[in-house]
Amino acid sequence: MAIRVQRETFDVGAELASLTAGRSDIGAVTSFVGLVRDMAGDAAIGAMTLEHYPGMTEKQLAEIEAEAHRRWPLQATLIVHRYGRMEPGEPIVLCAAASAHREAAFAACHFLIDWLKTRAPFWKLEDTAAGPQWVSAKASDDEAARRWEQDR
Amino acid sequence: MKILWFAWLRTRVGTGEEIVEKPADIATVGALLDWLAARSPGHAQALARRDVVRVAVNQTYVPLDHAVSDGDEIAIFPPVTGG
Repeated sequence: MAIRVQRETFDVGAELASLTAGRSDIGAVTSFVGLVRDMAGDAAIGAMTLEHYPGMTEKQLAEIEAEAHRRWPLQATLIVHRYGRMEPGEPIVLCAAASAHREAAFAACHFLIDWLKTRAPFWKLEDTAAGPQWVSAKASDDEAARRWEQDR
Repeated sequence: MKILWFAWLRTRVGTGEEIVEKPADIATVGALLDWLAARSPGHAQALARRDVVRVAVNQTYVPLDHAVSDGDEIAIFPPVTGG
């Protein structure tokens, strides 16, 4: 189990390689990578700045990760989330889950990102032609997270 | 008591952190928000729509009827948008 909150970018390949390095009990690794897009709806985005709540962020990510381990048989998990300013195309977040078989790894990875999006205290500020705009929370994200409540 | 403001609530209030002396009769998060809203027009604007305000006490999400005490770290912020 590992979580990291950092300003600098990350190398997805290197992160996944280190997750399984030296282990032969892992049969499946799934990952989700969230990237900065250059559009939000029909508005062009120049860059994005992520604010977070140091301390609570790490605490929430650790709780989300622990919950995934309670629900599925996982050999390893990783959450890396960035804060600060990012350009379109840059990675924001990586969630990865490793298990003996693919079903648990797929489900756990999906759960990690869905719960992270509604619980981890991060806020996106987008640079638009009309000036900086705080991103609004999406009802579809709440719906996605609720699905995992029903599945308990 | 330490109050932390994040995202657009922070920009409305004008600061990310303030130390306040809570009146003794304020016992819950909901009462604290009402009291904070009266501190300045910016505070009132930040707290105008309670349905888009989330509160954490000592870094844990809490409901409006949660108890507050003098040594608490209270964070007030809009729904999160990370990931």
